[in-house]
Amino acid sequence: MSGRSTFRRRQRVFRWVTLTLLLAFFGLPLLGMLEFTLQGPGGNGRTLDTWRTLADVSQISLEYPALKEGFLASVGLAVVTPLIMLVLLVPTMTWVRLRLPGLSRTVEFVCLLPLTVPAIVLVVGLTPVYAWVYYLVGSSTMWLALAYVVLVLPYAYRSLDAGLRAIDVRTLSEAARSLGASWFTVMWRVVLPNLRTAVLSASFLSVALVLGEFTIASLFSKKNLQVAMYELGKSDAKISVAVGLAALVFGFVVLFAMSFVGTRPAGAGRIARLRRPRPAKETP
Amino acid sequence: MPFFAYTTVFLLIPTLVVVIGAFLDADNRPTLGNVSALTQPAVVRGLVQSVVLSAVTALGGAVIGGVLAYAVSTARPGSVTQRFFTSLCGVLAQFGGVALAFAFIASFSAQGLLSVLLSKVGMSTGGGLWLYEWDRGLMLVYLYFQIPLMLIVFLPAVEGLRPQWREATETLGGTTWTYWRRVAGPILLPSFVGATLLLFTNAFSAYSTAKALVPQANPLLPLQIGSSLSSEVILGQENIGKAMALEMVVVVAVVMALYAWLDKRAGRWMTR
Repeated sequence: MSGRSTFRRRQRVFRWVTLTLLLAFFGLPLLGMLEFTLQGPGGNGRTLDTWRTLADVSQISLEYPALKEGFLASVGLAVVTPLIMLVLLVPTMTWVRLRLPGLSRTVEFVCLLPLTVPAIVLVVGLTPVYAWVYYLVGSSTMWLALAYVVLVLPYAYRSLDAGLRAIDVRTLSEAARSLGASWFTVMWRVVLPNLRTAVLSASFLSVALVLGEFTIASLFSKKNLQVAMYELGKSDAKISVAVGLAALVFGFVVLFAMSFVGTRPAGAGRIARLRRPRPAKETP
Repeated sequence: MPFFAYTTVFLLIPTLVVVIGAFLDADNRPTLGNVSALTQPAVVRGLVQSVVLSAVTALGGAVIGGVLAYAVSTARPGSVTQRFFTSLCGVLAQFGGVALAFAFIASFSAQGLLSVLLSKVGMSTGGGLWLYEWDRGLMLVYLYFQIPLMLIVFLPAVEGLRPQWREATETLGGTTWTYWRRVAGPILLPSFVGATLLLFTNAFSAYSTAKALVPQANPLLPLQIGSSLSSEVILGQENIGKAMALEMVVVVAVVMALYAWLDKRAGRWMTR
């Protein structure tokens, strides 16, 4: 038994050494960011001025209108993009699963295609498409959401697919249908609630991607948070670095909180883990 | 179905625009001129530097991130350590871009934290200019989002390692080395290579980090495409941009095809 405990101890030491080293690697530039925003004029002394400015919403919108504009645009996009994505994907994927299983390979291929088309390439190809979008519906920043949906397709597809795999859509929908539910009710009250976790993680991935998106917005000369940060970086580096750090911390807090949502309490989780179905042996 | 209409307009048409546009000249006549323009020294250098940068950071990120993933996987499942690291890595891998570039610029600026720290231990950061060179600074910054991405894609694979396998190895008289060499290594290899390929495409298609770090120079292919779009220097130049875009798609497609094949193999040992 002592062999086992030395092994465990060694593993623990290894874990802490690795994690500490990498935490230092990840942490130092972030600390550098924080330290930079706290520097006084000319790099002397410490001051909280930058953060005070940032915390004062009215001052921010007065002094840095671009930042406010970019922030609002990003928040709007972060709401609209997941919505379009869900409306587009959930019914399609459910329908394909129920009625058109032959199409599932095609849908998968289409959804995963953006992985091989880098955003920068998408921009090249989208230029003429967006010329039409602008012509037809005007050139609001919000229309970027249409392109963002394409960017999030692979990630959203993966998590929704995992969610759909875990439930028996056919039985559920047939049960609902036989009780007289319309297709809309089936989607809204049966499929969606069962896909809760998958929908949540798909939406969250989309939000993270949209908030961090720079390439498409910048090349289409639209102002979202990242573009505003980038442009501000040239004139007022401190405020821009502070916004960057705040965005990172915000993202981390949301992700960390999310990691506790959607999973059952540890005890139940472990039992579920034990019960995870093994690939059943075929018995003739 | 609305889904197919949507993806046709916003995904298939753009792809076709790139593919067809790469073979058209300014007057929409078919030509191979854009493709032969890809052999210009500047474009070739961009491609080579992009590939080298992506390959080095993919390998480095995969090795370091792989060790990190294993370390995280030895923690109790669902423990705070695990959640902390997966969340941190999620942010750094996806959220990065401009903010990451700023983090490094701020840290290595003349009065920055890291410059000061390093000069205290006697290392000069050389005025921080190295940070803006593609084969030094850019590599470091790219690693900063490659390692977290590796953790995210590789963690499920390491978590799939069953403690029973190690116990079985020990029962049969194997050492830790035997376990890694003969059991865990071969099982993890396809996932590891697959994840490395994924990191490669990730670095290869990254634009924002490099753009924020080196706004003026165009050492990498994505930056060159970007500048061919925004600067309308010469008419017809935009189709060369399309040819470069096609070149990127070809590289990424080859790598992703390899990835898909490996992913299938990697799935063999993972219970679903």
